[in-house]
Amino acid sequence: MSEHLLYWGMAIAGLTAVSVVTRSFFLMIPRDVQVPSWLDKALRYAPLAALSAVVTPDILLRDGVLLTSWRDARLWGAAAALVYSFWKKDMLGMILVGMGTYLVLLLLAGW
Amino acid sequence: MPNLIDQLDIDNIQPNLWSGTLWRDPQCQQGMKDMLQLLPGFGMWGIVTGVAMAQSELPIAVSLLMGFLVFSAGAQLAAVPLMVVGAPLWIIWLTAACVNLRFVIFSAQTRRHLSCLRPAQRLMAGYVCADLPYVMLMNKYGKSPPASKENPAPLAYFCGLVAVNWTAWHASFVIGVLCAHWIPASWGLGFAGTLALLALLATMMLNRQSGMIAMVACIVAVAAYALPFKLYVVTAVLAAVCAGWMLDRLKLDVANDAATTNTDDT
Repeated sequence: MSEHLLYWGMAIAGLTAVSVVTRSFFLMIPRDVQVPSWLDKALRYAPLAALSAVVTPDILLRDGVLLTSWRDARLWGAAAALVYSFWKKDMLGMILVGMGTYLVLLLLAGW
Repeated sequence: MPNLIDQLDIDNIQPNLWSGTLWRDPQCQQGMKDMLQLLPGFGMWGIVTGVAMAQSELPIAVSLLMGFLVFSAGAQLAAVPLMVVGAPLWIIWLTAACVNLRFVIFSAQTRRHLSCLRPAQRLMAGYVCADLPYVMLMNKYGKSPPASKENPAPLAYFCGLVAVNWTAWHASFVIGVLCAHWIPASWGLGFAGTLALLALLATMMLNRQSGMIAMVACIVAVAAYALPFKLYVVTAVLAAVCAGWMLDRLKLDVANDAATTNTDDT
């Protein structure tokens, strides 16, 4: 058990360091070093791209493969949520509508 | 001697994360409000991460400690199976580094507003800057002048964002770990997080260019999904950044051509 503790302890310590270093990476460069303006302009799409990259596979892929059938609970859950979001700018409502549609289709229709 | 005075001068003009003025700034409250709106989404992600870790063979105490210190769902979920089989430490750390690679890119942008802090505070600010605080900070202040003592608004907004994000994520994570027994994994409740991001994404589609860049990111993410260590995210971000750069160059070339055929200077 104690070797496990040492192993887990070191693993967690290293993982914490990874979190700190990756998230602060470019922050640790001295303040007076400027990001070149072309890079700054190019990077302005990074947040949009990151969100798209995280969201799309969750909706369009099932087990790593593109959806083969339109009978998919997540697809319709996302569609319902988007339709609601055009109607009302209410985040909570949107999540409830989307999750509601998704769960109904998943659990009752078996999609 | 001049160097010492310069150093003291810098200390006087650097904002301080612990100072009350930053937390009393109205932008701090705005940050909290904006992040609270997404709480149902990322809260579910915290819960689902907690459930997944509780259902692994790691002791509950180890899972809780890991969540508290590592504060990264992707890295945690990638590391747990490796830890369970006793994989070499360097493989665990390298896997986590690959999964978290996108944060390196993000930090190049958050630098704009966070580099005015002292080095130790910069590390701390970076550490708590997860996906959502990054996206929301850049959405609101991406093109604004860098934060400084005279311009504390972006930093105050950031403080509001991370205060809610950090607290709520950890609370939901603990709830997930402790209530794993009652939460059915087959329900895929983490979908709520995806919906919240989808909503945020919808607000960011401002023009045709954003739409095109988003399409590039979506297509590359799906195409690169098979890559290990969730590298499809970094790949999609880099592809989209390149596409954005190319689009800018295209517009610049078109504008240059138009300018050379005109006699006015724009």
